[in-house]
Amino acid sequence: MNAPSPYTLPFVETKAMRHIISILLENESGALSRVAGLFSARGYNIESLTVAPTEDPSLSRMTIVTTGSDDVIEQITKQLNKLIEVVKLVDLSEAAHIERELMLIKVRAAGKDREEMKRMADIFRGRIIDVTESTYTIELTGDGTKLDAFIEALDKTAILETVRTGASGIARGERVLRV
Amino acid sequence: MKITGTEISGDAVEVSGAEIVVKCLQAEGVEYIFGYPGGAVLFIYDELFKQDKVRHVLVRHEQAAAHAADAYSRASQKVGVCLVTSGPGVTNAVTGIATAYMDSIPMVILSGQVPTHAIGQDAFQEVDAVGITRPCVKHNFLVKDVRELAATIKKAFVIASTGRPGPVLVDIPKDVTVAKTPFHYPDSAAMRSYNPVTKGHPGQIKKAAQLILEAKRPMIYSGGGVILSDSAPLLARLVKTLGFPVTNTLMGLGGYPGDDRQFLGMLGMHGTYEANMAMQHCDVLVAVGARFDDRVIGNPGHFGQVPRKIIHIDVDPSSISKRVKVDVPIVGHVPDVLEELLRQLEPQAAKVDQKALAAWWAQIELWRGRDCLRYDRASAIIKPQLVVEKLYEVTKGDAFITSDVGQHQMWAAQFYKFAKPRRWINSGGLGTMGVGLPYAMGAQLANPGATVACVTGEASFTMCIQELSTCKQYRLPLKIVLLNNRYMGMVRQWQQFFHGNRYSESYMDALPDFVKLAESFGHVGMRIEKPGDVEGALKEAFARKNDLVFMDFLTDQTENVYPMVPGGKGLSEMILSEEL
Repeated sequence: MNAPSPYTLPFVETKAMRHIISILLENESGALSRVAGLFSARGYNIESLTVAPTEDPSLSRMTIVTTGSDDVIEQITKQLNKLIEVVKLVDLSEAAHIERELMLIKVRAAGKDREEMKRMADIFRGRIIDVTESTYTIELTGDGTKLDAFIEALDKTAILETVRTGASGIARGERVLRV
Repeated sequence: MKITGTEISGDAVEVSGAEIVVKCLQAEGVEYIFGYPGGAVLFIYDELFKQDKVRHVLVRHEQAAAHAADAYSRASQKVGVCLVTSGPGVTNAVTGIATAYMDSIPMVILSGQVPTHAIGQDAFQEVDAVGITRPCVKHNFLVKDVRELAATIKKAFVIASTGRPGPVLVDIPKDVTVAKTPFHYPDSAAMRSYNPVTKGHPGQIKKAAQLILEAKRPMIYSGGGVILSDSAPLLARLVKTLGFPVTNTLMGLGGYPGDDRQFLGMLGMHGTYEANMAMQHCDVLVAVGARFDDRVIGNPGHFGQVPRKIIHIDVDPSSISKRVKVDVPIVGHVPDVLEELLRQLEPQAAKVDQKALAAWWAQIELWRGRDCLRYDRASAIIKPQLVVEKLYEVTKGDAFITSDVGQHQMWAAQFYKFAKPRRWINSGGLGTMGVGLPYAMGAQLANPGATVACVTGEASFTMCIQELSTCKQYRLPLKIVLLNNRYMGMVRQWQQFFHGNRYSESYMDALPDFVKLAESFGHVGMRIEKPGDVEGALKEAFARKNDLVFMDFLTDQTENVYPMVPGGKGLSEMILSEEL
């Protein structure tokens, strides 16, 4: 998904940066595919996408992590705003914000490695949420780099399965995104 | 979603979804719908049969239904409506929908769908219409509940015709057309997530006025947005107030009178030398309802090498700074912005630097002196340009001209000097071959009594030729001007220029006898082979007010469209006819 967007202005060279875009959209069937279709049709990157209804069941909150130069990001936000179901959006990376991702990871934990695995989970403030004789399932939250670091720290052969949700984000301070 | 309008009374009569569809169309004042019946829409057709307010035009292929509805809108400023059945009905219409989408044409497509309980079962004539059309509509809906039908159709008309217009599809399952509910058509549809801008930012307009008054080498460049928003009179006022040169895009032709001295002709890939040079070398550019697309400014990098200030007025924020950086973006409805700009500029018009402007015009006249559109008028073979020039004379510049796509389209755009908006109807964005005839049908139905001519090529025309039958049924007295060069002309031209004269698959072999073909459909056919016969034939054809006349002009096979900016080149890097 790293092909350059056709909307890159060839004479403006800004670096491709990571952006986290938060969207409030109508909770209707088809809204998600409209957003996903827009990204693929126009050649934009999606690193991750999360979506779920909000406290107001008529609205969904979506978080998209993408990369692009300033011009591409400007086009992405404009094109998203054009979608009829998009009510509001904000580029969280423009100001201080918090992002979190949840990972569930199933690891081999037998014999002498069992204690070591427990210690690793503790160091990363993970919680062991399921146990068998030879495995642990660990729940870990944090930003993407923390989850990456945990995976890095483990012996590759010990990892049986990983599930990551992709990032969810919210602005710091009193800034809110709501209708 | 907030619906306003009259409340439904408790004892309201329940009517079927099919009847609701027809009642909604009546309430919208829809005069014609273009369509083709089929299983999923039988109940809707039954309701159409029972009334005579909304008139149905039976096309011979759903693609033509979409094209004709599209042209009906282009030629009338109303919303075009078409009705197709599920499955192949929708897929056939997709080309027409995408064509309208690329040119921002307000259109509502009603499509039948298999019953809700059968959706997803791979039922007979089932396709995911909403999924298939999603990338080529402004918005689309699947109506699963008859109680939402009327409100959804209202939303479709509102979305199609406001902001940057576009096609909206409403997919209606067959059981929804049978189910009953009281009918209530809302007066408006307010959507919390859809609020198109109107007024431009006053501060930005003030900045734009300032820049305009300081310009030494100004240029006004207008596009389809001026036509769509009916802003041609305002544009003319702006151009006349300032004394600036103006150019139109292919979609913008007729936005400014084509025979006026201040008009430099169309710009772009096949634009005039003077328009492209002025565009490239101006110091202040005012873009109105145009989007700097690749066929207009060529290579954006090359375009950006010349420093100039750009003011960009457009209703769609995503059109701004998409391909070129602009200095003063003004997001707003074009007429509202032009009104405000004129209000500020008119009292200050004397501040325009007349000396600089005169020098700029002198330069432009030098460019104009190149006479970039000249062609061999003494040719013994019919030159296609000659046919369009004579067409312009014979129709006194007052016809609705539709075209297909290719060389003939460019010659029509270059040589027919459109004086009024909505007279030039062609597929600019998608470049859809085959639109010419259904476009002429839509334009004629929108303007009964008007002269409508279709300038076409033999390759394009053959793509929707079945509609000659529709023309007979509805007695549409169109004039078909076929520039027959036995080639896909534009493909052949590119092959000549860029592929070493290897005319791969671009020769049109085994063409029909178009005269006999037209006659077999019940029309009048004419073949014209000599330049001296062109004018007489056109006069004879246009004198036949009640007949569709098919004129087969055998034209020069190797004529090329000049000037030409090759793909990827800069606007000022044109190939001119003398250089070959």
